[in-house]
Amino acid sequence: MAIAALKTQRRNLVQSMFDEGVLDNQFNQLQDLQDSSNPNFVEEVISLFCNDAERIITELNRYLNDQNVEFSKLDSYVHQLKGSSSSIGAYRLKLACVNLRQASEERNMEECAGAFNSIRREYYVVRSKLQVLIQLERHIVNLENQQ
Amino acid sequence: MAAQGRHGGQESNKMTALVVDDNTVNRMIHHRLLDNLGIENVAVVNGKEAVDIHCSGKTFDLILMDMDMPVMNGIEATRQLREMGIRSMIAGVSTRSMEREIREFIEAGLDDYQEKPLTMSKLISIVHKING
Repeated sequence: MAIAALKTQRRNLVQSMFDEGVLDNQFNQLQDLQDSSNPNFVEEVISLFCNDAERIITELNRYLNDQNVEFSKLDSYVHQLKGSSSSIGAYRLKLACVNLRQASEERNMEECAGAFNSIRREYYVVRSKLQVLIQLERHIVNLENQQ
Repeated sequence: MAAQGRHGGQESNKMTALVVDDNTVNRMIHHRLLDNLGIENVAVVNGKEAVDIHCSGKTFDLILMDMDMPVMNGIEATRQLREMGIRSMIAGVSTRSMEREIREFIEAGLDDYQEKPLTMSKLISIVHKING
């Protein structure tokens, strides 16, 4: 049965994300907040998170490429991204933010560049997996509605 | 219609809350957590807006106060609200982990402090404190 197979796929995807540390328990909180009165809550939060994260990553890139890096501005942006990541359960992305804050505090440009690359990488990993998850959810809902 | 400071004496039976957080994702999640508990809530983006909304005459049963915010942070906003005579439950929520920073926040006038990210069980424990 198509729905059962999709649900298995969804379950396995989420489990793999937990196993790899891409997500942590906080993501369960988001899922628990979704119900029939708010059927798109997870998708809406993820969408908001991604818009915010991409804006911040663009700013971080700009600040890091400046001649004189404004570390306090950098820190404020990383703080935002760390907060959002933590709130949706994007565990590895949150850790990457912690590393950039550390490097920024130490004014270590090389570490900052490396930490920033990690942030970018972890963001694209979590975003692409969450996008697959959202597609699966939509597909399941469509099939359920047809029944 | 403004709610009175504590649960008793309100025209509506619904508890009310103010979310004070500069992070859009956090505001959305905190809003939903409160909604789920049947708590009417409003969000502002920094400490100054939290003070201003009280100056306009509104009060809330619960204030969820973030610590790090631009314009006015949670410590200063909490101090000012207490100086204004606001007796609402103010629960500080923050990612800060240093004892000294948390203590400064608590001493500004918090009734409770929870480490972010906020979960349903943390929010429920805060709400239980309001109901005594």
